[in-house]
Amino acid sequence: MSKDVRERSIDPASQDMLDLCQRAGLETAWDRLEKQQPQCGFGELGLCCRNCNMGPCRIDPFGEGANKGVCGATADIIVARNLIRMIAAGAAAHSDHGRGVAHTFKLVSEGKAPSYQVKDQAKMERLMEEYGVESQMALAEAIMAEFGRQEGPIRFTRRAPAKRVELWEKLGIDPRGIDREIVEIMHRTHIGVDNDPVNLILQGLRASIADGWGGSMIATELQDVLFGTPTPTFSEANLGVLEPNKVNIIVHGHEPLLSEMIVAAAAEQEMVDLAKKEGAVGINVAGMCCTGNEVLMRHGVPVAGNFLQQELAVATGAVEAMVVDIQCIMPALGALAGCFHTKFISTSPKAKFPGATHMEFHEETAMQTAKAIVETAVLNYANRNQAKIHIPNVKTKCMVGFSVEAIVSALGGSLDPLLGAIKSGAIRGLGAVVGCNNPKIVHDWGHVNLVKELIKKDVLVVTTGCNALACAKAGLLLPEAADMAGEGLKGVCKALGVPPVLHMGSCVDISRILVAAAAIANALGVDISDLPAAGAAPEWMSEKAVSIGAYVVSSGVFTVLGTVPPVLGSPAVAGLLTSGARDVVGAAFAVECDPFKAASLMIDHIESQRRKLGL
Amino acid sequence: MKEVFVRLDRCLGCKSCEMACAVEHSAAKSLFSAVSEKPRPVRRVYVEMAEGQKMPLVCRHCEDAPCVAVCRTGAMVQDPVTGIVDRIQENCVGCWMCAMVCPYGVIGRHTEVRMAVKCDRCKSLDVPACVAACPTGTLIFATQREFVEMMRKEAAARIAREAKGLAKA
Repeated sequence: MSKDVRERSIDPASQDMLDLCQRAGLETAWDRLEKQQPQCGFGELGLCCRNCNMGPCRIDPFGEGANKGVCGATADIIVARNLIRMIAAGAAAHSDHGRGVAHTFKLVSEGKAPSYQVKDQAKMERLMEEYGVESQMALAEAIMAEFGRQEGPIRFTRRAPAKRVELWEKLGIDPRGIDREIVEIMHRTHIGVDNDPVNLILQGLRASIADGWGGSMIATELQDVLFGTPTPTFSEANLGVLEPNKVNIIVHGHEPLLSEMIVAAAAEQEMVDLAKKEGAVGINVAGMCCTGNEVLMRHGVPVAGNFLQQELAVATGAVEAMVVDIQCIMPALGALAGCFHTKFISTSPKAKFPGATHMEFHEETAMQTAKAIVETAVLNYANRNQAKIHIPNVKTKCMVGFSVEAIVSALGGSLDPLLGAIKSGAIRGLGAVVGCNNPKIVHDWGHVNLVKELIKKDVLVVTTGCNALACAKAGLLLPEAADMAGEGLKGVCKALGVPPVLHMGSCVDISRILVAAAAIANALGVDISDLPAAGAAPEWMSEKAVSIGAYVVSSGVFTVLGTVPPVLGSPAVAGLLTSGARDVVGAAFAVECDPFKAASLMIDHIESQRRKLGL
Repeated sequence: MKEVFVRLDRCLGCKSCEMACAVEHSAAKSLFSAVSEKPRPVRRVYVEMAEGQKMPLVCRHCEDAPCVAVCRTGAMVQDPVTGIVDRIQENCVGCWMCAMVCPYGVIGRHTEVRMAVKCDRCKSLDVPACVAACPTGTLIFATQREFVEMMRKEAAARIAREAKGLAKA
């Protein structure tokens, strides 16, 4: 029963590996999605509540059966509670990542993490000024305090235009602290607390703002301080970056804390010598998912692929170690790695996996652990089974690393040339395309087609996360890709030597997009919701993506989702998200699974925003 | 002829069969559209709980079906070849004689219109929607011969295991 791999991915490297997986009987996420069919309709509609043990309760969407849970919760209440619990989980994931980075920064300030240094002194000084503190230690403490803050405001939220902050205050959704808002969601959604769908959703928005303008932004800013603010650099993307004659180490997950050390350890002469002694010609570190994005944009470390390629990478048989930290790591990797010589190495005390070797990472001893991991990988090279090795001969060059600072620098020191191009209409507007992979959408099909449609219509695209990697593989992150853009955008890109799609980093780096949007809005003297800009997550699947969507809309950006969120069981909540929110935060969601239609929705929105601004 | 059989020990009460049935009998045949359809799509299979046991109930399409026998308007008809009992929409007047005589209580009613609704065995599908949706294999679409053969094999395996256990002891 061979499946048509073209119905699973548009990426030739992935198609090649999917074909191999089928022949070898190796199970992937696509097979497991098939085995899950049909998926539970109550779950799909958000109509199942497991929040107390009088339940589980379900509401019959067709009105024949139960229309209330045991406690009396209606479909509207259940859907709203479930949705904001997803936001809580997503905001928690991003923010706990941010906390980890802040913790490392604090240890560095205390001299307790000798493996790390401050790489971007100027950025740290800007942050000290923003916080009004005099020392590195005081900055570390002030930022750590944001997580446990009780009465707000979170400092970085004040980077938003004043009008936006006023609106948040007026609506009562200006976050008081990062952890507090997440905790309050869990409290409010407990049996018998908040049972007003609108009030629930507003709390969801508040927690999401604490993520985007709080936890995520802290992660981005301090990662830049510790590891350097990204500047444009060239690299390569896709499974073809794995090397047949080198020790291949994949760093996968989300944090750069460990992967930065792995990259450094793998470059050390003693490790390279050891690799040569073991018969390899060297050591090749490749990234995967957002850990991949982090080391890609700071060091040009090649990236093996996005979320749905993690299993395919192991199936090449050429990976000595799959080293993972946190988030979006499939527990399936353990059993799969067991079919090969690949060592699946977990490193975070927060994230353990069946079938993994746990080599726990702590900041104080970061370099030692990194060296031990690299050595484990190198010594595993001898265990390769040459008969099982199959590396697709597919990789694409990409230009990455467009932090806000890098964009301003590429523009010659100010945003004016970009504003000029937007005003003249050469660039119609900005499209922020982000998010995961999801086997419910043909892999990369949603991402690549949406982005291509946008640039064709002169929309400058900024990208992060798995979309960024899909674009990299599709050749959209190259200055030459300007030829795929409309005449206006093409002219701007050629003049500046930049791609029409700007890689801004990992998923926490959507905070960079917020900073850029705020700067543009401030320069134009308007709110973010007035900008000719739109967002999209064409292949989203994670709870983090729900939080992202919520903070992007809360910040005033119209956002199109490519997979249906579990809210259709409540027409009231669905209506609030897709239209009611416009009157509240000046932006709303749309759901459109077809990337071509999604692009039209974004372009129509951008054009209507231009008309409102008189452009 | 294939029938819908129920393996009584397997039902978890997830109601996926009910959901899939309503969707299959909607105009759009997709969940996300069906939930906002008017008239509301109606299910023809019912998950009940009795004596601590969860159980899906669906029309047995009985030989000489009582619902057909009592129908005074010719709305309830049985196909002489397939044995499938179906209802001709235009003929139904909603007198509920069929509902009164059905021993399984699987004749429902339309939400907005006075009209009986019942399982039509999803004639346009190879496998009825309820069976396709069942995640635990509670619902089986098979001929009576196939079904009892499966049950026999399961029974034989069980007996064999028990016998081995006894021999060891």
